[in-house]
Formats: sequence, C-alpha cells, structure tokens
Amino acid sequence: MTSAKSPVSNKNPLTAPAPDLWRDPDARPFVFFDGVTKTFDDFTAVDNISLKIYKRELFCLLGGSGSGKSTLLRMLAGFEQPTQGRILIDDVDMAGIQPWNRPVNMMFQSYALFPHLTVEKNIAFGLKRQRLADVDIKRRVADMLDMVQLGHLGKRKPHQLSGGQRQRVALARSLVKRPKLLLLDEPLGALDKKLREETQFELINIQEELGVTFVVVTHDQEEAMTLATRIGVMNQGNIVQVGEPHDIYEYPNSRFVARFIGSVNLLDGRVTEDEPDRVRIRCNDFEPPVYLNHGISCAPNQEVCVAIRPEKMLISHEPPAQTDNTCSGVIEDIAYMGSLSVFRVRLDSGKELRVTQPNISRDSGARFTWNERVHLYWDVDSAVVLTS
Amino acid sequence: MSQANGYTAAHSRLQRVLHKLPLKRINWGRQLVISMPFVWLAVFFFVPFLVVFKISLSETAIAIPPYTALIELEDALLNIKLNLGNYLFLWEDSFYLEAYLSSIRIAGVSTLLALIIGFPMAYLIARSESRTRTILLALVILPFWTSFLLRVYAWVGLLKKNGLVNDILINLGIVSEPIQMLQTDFAVYIGIVYTYLPFMILPLYTALEKMDMSLLEAAEDLGCRPFQSFFLVTIPLAMPGILAGCTLVFIPAVGEYVIPALLGGSDTLMIGRVLWDEFSLNRDWPMASAVATVMLVVLVLPIMLLRNRKEAE
Repeated sequence: MTSAKSPVSNKNPLTAPAPDLWRDPDARPFVFFDGVTKTFDDFTAVDNISLKIYKRELFCLLGGSGSGKSTLLRMLAGFEQPTQGRILIDDVDMAGIQPWNRPVNMMFQSYALFPHLTVEKNIAFGLKRQRLADVDIKRRVADMLDMVQLGHLGKRKPHQLSGGQRQRVALARSLVKRPKLLLLDEPLGALDKKLREETQFELINIQEELGVTFVVVTHDQEEAMTLATRIGVMNQGNIVQVGEPHDIYEYPNSRFVARFIGSVNLLDGRVTEDEPDRVRIRCNDFEPPVYLNHGISCAPNQEVCVAIRPEKMLISHEPPAQTDNTCSGVIEDIAYMGSLSVFRVRLDSGKELRVTQPNISRDSGARFTWNERVHLYWDVDSAVVLTS
Repeated sequence: MSQANGYTAAHSRLQRVLHKLPLKRINWGRQLVISMPFVWLAVFFFVPFLVVFKISLSETAIAIPPYTALIELEDALLNIKLNLGNYLFLWEDSFYLEAYLSSIRIAGVSTLLALIIGFPMAYLIARSESRTRTILLALVILPFWTSFLLRVYAWVGLLKKNGLVNDILINLGIVSEPIQMLQTDFAVYIGIVYTYLPFMILPLYTALEKMDMSLLEAAEDLGCRPFQSFFLVTIPLAMPGILAGCTLVFIPAVGEYVIPALLGGSDTLMIGRVLWDEFSLNRDWPMASAVATVMLVVLVLPIMLLRNRKEAE
C-alpha cells in the first residue's frame, strides 16, 4: 500500500532511474559535511572535507586503508566528533547529538551481532529501545526477516549462521528502525566472491525499495562501481574526486584516481598544441603525437600525463592508418583470461603498456604471440589528460 | 513401506558398524592423560571425603585417634555401629544452623562486595593498552607472592585501635576517639574481600577481554544509552566470568577460618571456626566431621550442580 505511493516503486527496481539530485545545483543535500576536519593526536584522519550527499543516494566512500573513509562514516554515526567543521543530516546540525539520538543506523564491518541473543532478538533490539508495543515489534521483525529471506532462522544464535546469513541479519537489524540514513562499513568485505556478487544486487534492490539513503565505505573499487550512484574517492584524508561511477572511470581527475580505479597506462609528455577543439601532446616514450579532440586549457609546453585505459587500446600486426595516437612495441607477456586477453607490450623506450582485447572469436586470443612486434593505437577521445 | 524398513535396517547396521569402529583402537596414552585429573580428584578429594564421612558416623572416645571404630570384629561377630547422633545434634542445636546461616550471609555479602569492586577493575584492565594491562594484571596477582597469613595479620596492624587507619582518621580530625574496627564483622568483610578479590577479577577480566567493543557501539547505534548497553550487552556477555568469579569467592569464603579467627570478634559466627573449635578445643572429631560433611553437601554441591547445568545450557 505504501509502496504504491512511493515514487521508486517499480516492477523492476534495478532498472529504475536513479533520482540524480546531485545534478541539480539547487537541490537540498541530505547529508552535508561542511569543512570537516578530524585529527587524532597529531594525525589528521580527515582534512577539511566538504561533501553533499542527496536523498535516496547510494554513496560510496572509496579509498585505501588510512584514507579517512571510516572516520568519516563514524562521524556520521556519532562515534567520533569532528575537530572542526559541522555535519548536517536533514538540515539538523549533528554537533553534540549522541549516537543513540541520531536518525542513523550502521551496519558494522564485523556485523557486531549480539552473540547472546537470537536472530529475532538481535533485530528486535533497536525496536525495544523505542518502547514499541510487542505486537508491532513482532510484526516488524517478521517483515524484516522475510525481506532478507531468513524467516526460518529467527530462533538461531549468530554463531549458528553462515557468514552470508550473518551479513543479512546485520542488514535487517540496521534497517528495522527505518533510519533516514544507513551507514555500511565494508558491507560485503567478509563474503566470498560469488556471494558478494549476489548480495550487491540484493543491497541495491533493498535500497531502492525502501528509499533509504545509503553511505557505504569500501576499499573495493569493483564493489563501489556496482553499488554506487556516486563515488567519493578518498586519499590521505581528502576527497580527491566525487562523481558517478562512469565519470570516475572514464574521466579521472588525477593520477591517483586513474590508478586507484581499474588499471591504466600513464604516459608523461608535454603539450605542443592547445586549441579549444584539439590538443596535441608529445610523449616521452614514442614519436607520434597524442591527439585529443578537445582542448584542455593549460599553459603552453606544460608537462602533463596522458591516461589510457588498457581496453581502449587496439592492437594489430600492421601499422594503423592513423598517424596520431599510435606507437609500437614488442609483446612481452600474454595473460589469457577467457573473456579477454591481457598483453604487456614493451615500447622501444623501455616503457611497458598494458592492453586488453576481448576474445570475440574463439581463436582471437591466439592471433598474437610472444616477442612479436605489434602496433598499438587508440581513438581521439580515448585518452584523458591529467595535470595533477 | 518395505523400502522404509530396508532403509531403517541399513541405517541401524551402519550405526552398529560406526559404534564398533572407535572401540577397536583405544588410544591408551590419550585415555591416561584424560583420566589424570579424575584420578587426582578421586585420591585427594573423594577418598579423604569418605574418611571424613566415616569419622562423622562414629562416637568420640578417649583414644588415639579420638573416635570409635565403625566396624569391629569381636568373637567372630561383625559389629557395624553407625552413629547418627552427630547429625541429629546438628539439627537439634540451633547454634549450628545459626553458624551456617551466618557463614552464608558473610560469604554472600563479601562475594557481592568483591563483585562490585572487582568488576570496574576488571573492566579497566580489559580496556587498557596491552602494556598497562600486563602491569595491572601483575599487580592483581602480586599479593599471592606473600603468605596469606601474613597479609591477614597486616590487616590486624592496620585496623587495630592504635593502627594506621585510626591514626589517619584521628589526625584528619574525622573522629576523636579510635573506632573499634578489629574484632567486628566489618573487619571480616574487609579481610575476605581483600583476600579473594583476585579470584573475582581474573575470571571477569577473561570474560570482558574477549568482548568485541563494536558490540557496545552497535548497542548505542540502536538506541541504547551507555548504562543501558552496560546492562543489556556487557553484563550478559560477562555472565560466565561473573558466575565463575562468584563461585571462586563464595565457596572458600563460606568455610573461611583464618580471617574470622584473626579479624572477627567473639560473636562473629562462621562455620569454619565452629569446625576448628570442635576439632581442636573439644577434640570432638566425629562432630567436626559431621559439620564438614553437611557443609559440603548443603552448600557446595548445589552450587556445583547449578553450574554444571548452566554450562550444559
């Protein structure tokens, strides 16, 4: 009944358009980090971060260990207080609001299920603190158990469950209080690969069904790419780039992001021509210039870095027709991965490039062999110029 | 039907085979290791208990040892005399009942005090950094390096009329006259709590140290204030430690003799003292044995059984 009114109710929630409020400059952020800094003794975990997260988003904070992503999440939950700046959730300043009074629930990395309570009691724990009527608690716990498909395991203790089942109990427990904001700390970290993939889609389904805003912390870029509406890439206490998965992958704004998400070939060079509609870069490793069909507005002769994803490079025995965006080298190594093959090609300068080719036909993996001279080439819109 | 029968038959055959398998190769070395504690308990606990029980069924006599034999062979006549008089007397004379109840009260209050004092200490140790933790644990165990008797005597020096505690209180002007602390129940409580506190702290520490701190954060995240999460999460998870600590303090405290004898007054009634008086002053070994047997059966066995049942759950 309520779902009929909900704007995201859709027969197929996976394909439902994400409410991309972040593209609207006037939209009201649901979570607002306003110049937040957190220092522990002399270590700066979070360094002056400003970030807006919108309603119904599934926002991923992606970064390595020590990047400050968990500290950011713990500040939202109220376990840490910012040293400077403020955090607004739904326009309310969270300063001085204790964890038990926040409209936020968290799913812990270790799941933190109470070992002395059954699955049902674990899920009912938060509702009992709200002093709801027993009937309501029972109903809501049963609904939650159904949603995570654990209805038959309600009487078990956490130690009698598998990792995947525990993960779902933890999710049910954090959702049962109907928080405005759900925080997930490495939600899939403890699951094996196959279970992760299944659970990823389940998480997205649940998020879209309930319309809760999710903030997910992860170090796994694949997880972030599949789950997120937007990703915030973190490094050393800073958010270095915020964007949709596609933007982060295709248009990284720095060497760090380009390298952190997926694999990439980075070529150092110097700008020789910079017009509004084109740019030419002379790379240190090969003669033919790199040519892009857009300007980058930089100083003449500026040193830049050209980033090309391995799958955007093409490989052939014959020299390509184009004179720009090409180089040649010798195949040093081949990894046959089934769906694609990965080639490591050493250029004459000694630089090594990584190229992947989809194995479209059955014998396409065998077309190239070790120590062969090959030509690499790419389109005018394949490369990205990085200035930092 | 027939298929089901066939299945059951096959199943029971399989079970017979499975049951026989381990019997064929008994690992005697392993059996020996496992049986060692039981042998120990039998030789040093159960047999002496039987001896005590035997003495409790005899009568006092002016002899060495000072009691009559249970079994006598006289002119081809086997006399077995079981004297239940000691037990009847225990029941009839309210003095013994009072002594038992008083022991339980003193031991119970001391256990509770030890729990209240020991819990925060154990919590602090479990939550401190590993280096401080080692030091704090060493401090808890340190008193064991001194004789138990000496430590109780030290309390005599502290609590007596012109002892350290009274001196300080008078010098600070809190009291004008020295307080009578020695030879009171108060001194007995201090002695028992002080002596047995490590036995409370160590099991509590073990239970608390295992606890995952993120459980408390999870409880707060789900709407618990800190004191609620203490009662709903910390206490239940520390329960095995609480039970172990209370048992370890309560059982020896009930039968404690030295502390009430040295620190308690003449009116401090504890069963350990009664036992000692019967044994050495009255030289009534059978009565002393009866007191000991009843103490074991009435106090200690129920606690042991209760614990076993708890653990089985």
